[in-house]
Amino acid sequence: MADLRSTFIGIKSPNPFWLASAPPTDKEYNVVRAFEAGWGGVVWKTLGEEGPPIVNVNGPRYGAIHGADRRLLGLNNIELITDRPLEVNLREIKKVKREWPDRAMIVSIMVPCQEESWKAILPRVEETDCDGIELNFGCPHGMSERGMGAAVGQVPDYIEMVTRWCKQYSRMPVIVKLTPNITDIRYPARAARKGGADAVSLINTISSIVSVNLDNFAPEPTIDGKGSHGGYCGPAVKPIALNMVAEIARDRETHGLPISAIGGVTTWRDAAEFISMSAGTVQVCTAAMTYGFRIVEEMKTGLSRWMDEKGYQTIEDFRGRAVPNVTDWQYLNLNYVTKAHIDQDLCIKCGRCYAACEDTSHQAIMKEKDGARHFEVIDAECVACNLCVEVCPVDNCITMVRQTEGVDPRTGRRIDPSYANWTTHPNNPMAMKAAE
Amino acid sequence: MAQTKPDITGKRLSVADYATNFGDLHPPLDAHEALVESDRCYFCFDAPCMKACPTSIDIPLFIRQIQTGHPKSAARTIFDQNIFGGMCARVCPTETLCEEACVRETAEGKPVKIGLLQRFATDQLMADGVHPYERAAPTDKKVAVVGAGPAGLACAHRLAMHGHSVKVYEAREKSGGLNEYGIAAYKAPGNFAQREVDFILGIGGITVEHGRALGRTLSLAQLQADFDAVFLAVGLQGVNALGAANDDAEGVTDAVGYIADLRQAGDLSGLPVGRKVVVIGGGMTAIDVAVQSRLLGAEDVTILYRRGPGQMKASKYEQDLAQTKGVKIRHWTIPREVIASNGKAVGLRCEYTRETDGRLSGTGETFDLAADMIFRAIGQTHVDVAGGKLALDGGRIKTDDQKRTSLRGVWAGGDCIAGGQDLTVAAVDDGRRAADSINQFLKG
Repeated sequence: MADLRSTFIGIKSPNPFWLASAPPTDKEYNVVRAFEAGWGGVVWKTLGEEGPPIVNVNGPRYGAIHGADRRLLGLNNIELITDRPLEVNLREIKKVKREWPDRAMIVSIMVPCQEESWKAILPRVEETDCDGIELNFGCPHGMSERGMGAAVGQVPDYIEMVTRWCKQYSRMPVIVKLTPNITDIRYPARAARKGGADAVSLINTISSIVSVNLDNFAPEPTIDGKGSHGGYCGPAVKPIALNMVAEIARDRETHGLPISAIGGVTTWRDAAEFISMSAGTVQVCTAAMTYGFRIVEEMKTGLSRWMDEKGYQTIEDFRGRAVPNVTDWQYLNLNYVTKAHIDQDLCIKCGRCYAACEDTSHQAIMKEKDGARHFEVIDAECVACNLCVEVCPVDNCITMVRQTEGVDPRTGRRIDPSYANWTTHPNNPMAMKAAE
Repeated sequence: MAQTKPDITGKRLSVADYATNFGDLHPPLDAHEALVESDRCYFCFDAPCMKACPTSIDIPLFIRQIQTGHPKSAARTIFDQNIFGGMCARVCPTETLCEEACVRETAEGKPVKIGLLQRFATDQLMADGVHPYERAAPTDKKVAVVGAGPAGLACAHRLAMHGHSVKVYEAREKSGGLNEYGIAAYKAPGNFAQREVDFILGIGGITVEHGRALGRTLSLAQLQADFDAVFLAVGLQGVNALGAANDDAEGVTDAVGYIADLRQAGDLSGLPVGRKVVVIGGGMTAIDVAVQSRLLGAEDVTILYRRGPGQMKASKYEQDLAQTKGVKIRHWTIPREVIASNGKAVGLRCEYTRETDGRLSGTGETFDLAADMIFRAIGQTHVDVAGGKLALDGGRIKTDDQKRTSLRGVWAGGDCIAGGQDLTVAAVDDGRRAADSINQFLKG
């Protein structure tokens, strides 16, 4: 049996599945039930300053993109940080941590970008005996208008400054939560590291408007005829998150910086992918909000079975294994030649590959043979773009077959088994000449 | 032989049972089911389902229109090709047409439910009570259509769209043809056939005169003289004989007529049905009368067919349906003699058959079946009502691909023409094609 235990910046949890800071971790009742269901840890819903609590809208907070049969693919929210009094949250955090000592208890914090605000809240949080703090520099709505959340996360200097205060005024491990609403994720990540962050977590939600009501022309969710952009999350954002995690993992300045990955983790497979991209833990929210706490069971058994099948005993055995394989386009092997191949026994003759290739790609699929409906790749035209593979409704019907010898019928060039990339390609005016 | 007395009577069931038995065979999809089902469509290139549809409905397009929230646009796509799209959605043997061709049938044996999706779309639009088409500017041309069944009304509708004025002559009291008098009740409950006729006539420019039959109160020559063109869609009037001894005994009935009575019965409990029913035949009519006899409360219902299951004209799906409803199908046997007592049928003597080199013959072995009601469902025949003026082919009216007959100015379609498939959807296609051809002729 695979060992799912995780030690992340010194914080131990029985598995790497944490609930992200969000409504599921809003209060003792939820968090206790989550722990009972088997979650490895939680990041408590973001605490704000002492004083009158935040208020939320009294209308809808969520909007969504659905697939067939209303499968929820993307979720958008305009909820703010906790709307419960600070002392209530602190009391509950302390109690739950005492009762569940083996689970990770991280506290998310968002206070104004002033030294005294952080200096005031940090000791009070530390007093709960939580395992660490997560700095919410990510929320793109509401709080950012007040100079917090993403407004901080979009300015690397602020990230560095606040992170430094947190390290200065507390002994707790500091995780900096990054917003994806920036141009290059590496800059805020570098700033976090410079400020002394123990880890980063990403991504927070993406600024979004999920839909417009075509009767009253209001963005949804709609509050009295108006809408505001929210934060987008759920399965739809996973590819964006995965890329940003990879960017940080392979950046020279942030390589090795521990990462708690967030963004559309819905199944064990998503988790395995993020961990292979160097994440030490994954944080889940939308999947729990869609299916309830019980889904963690599938995530744990799924990850465990996969690890057993692959012979990995611990998370560390495969963590980061995908990072060296992420490279820049210019280093991809231009001598690598593949051709699409349609398995005629599996083909159901829907012709989607043909329509896609003929109308939008390279006219490399024939639709007829000997007068009969028949779809077959024309190697002399196929650039191996993979579009046919992606539009085919049948698993493994169309595959990419590597050509290792002979001549590529499209280019007329002999297959060269050696590696060659753009940096040395004759068409590249910037090509580095080996001799020079 | 028979241990029971002849017993042909109504009121075999409770009122509630009749309602249940003759309700929708396939309940319609609700809006969510339609969305989920429509999402299964792959939007195939040069879609096989569309090719398999006799009226060439753009099936992938209409399914996508349902999926994107516009079932009424979907209905429009359907009606563009087939104004009887509502009835065809209910009665088409989709398992041998579009759904058999569906690539999901190939992939997983579960085709997209095209028929039910078509019904969903057409129901939505028809519920508006607004006819979706406008007529072209009226022409001064007049066309006579004989027969207000699917072929006749499809032709009339398309001609009306082209701006011509159409007079439809119908022998029976109601329009609709076999939709009204022929198909099984549970395939189109709720008086759908008449609602659809009203929907189609909603285009305007069409008048229907009932009680007018070609060869009796109408002559082809007069129609030719009075109109600019004539379309014949007279269906089949003859019924094949049983060819068994004693087949005039009381209780031996023609299935087509019985189904018509059933369809017109206001109160099904008043329709007498035998206790032990035997149906002779292997087509849709045989299945329909057998299943409906069971649903009316007959105790034993047996279909006799002279060859094997693969040769029955009724699809495998329909055969399965009959068996699910408790009908027994006996293959390789033919009726030889109706056994009667006091002039009433009490049984049927049957002979086993075999096929040798494609020829069917009796084996000489016989068995007896108890039967107080025996239905002939062995096919219908064309009766020449045009006074021998039209060229025939295999006993039915000969037409070309535009449905022109051998007489200039006379077109024909539906079951009365050679090559007719005895399908509503094929009749509709004939009518539409003929209308377009007539329109070209009238413009020329």
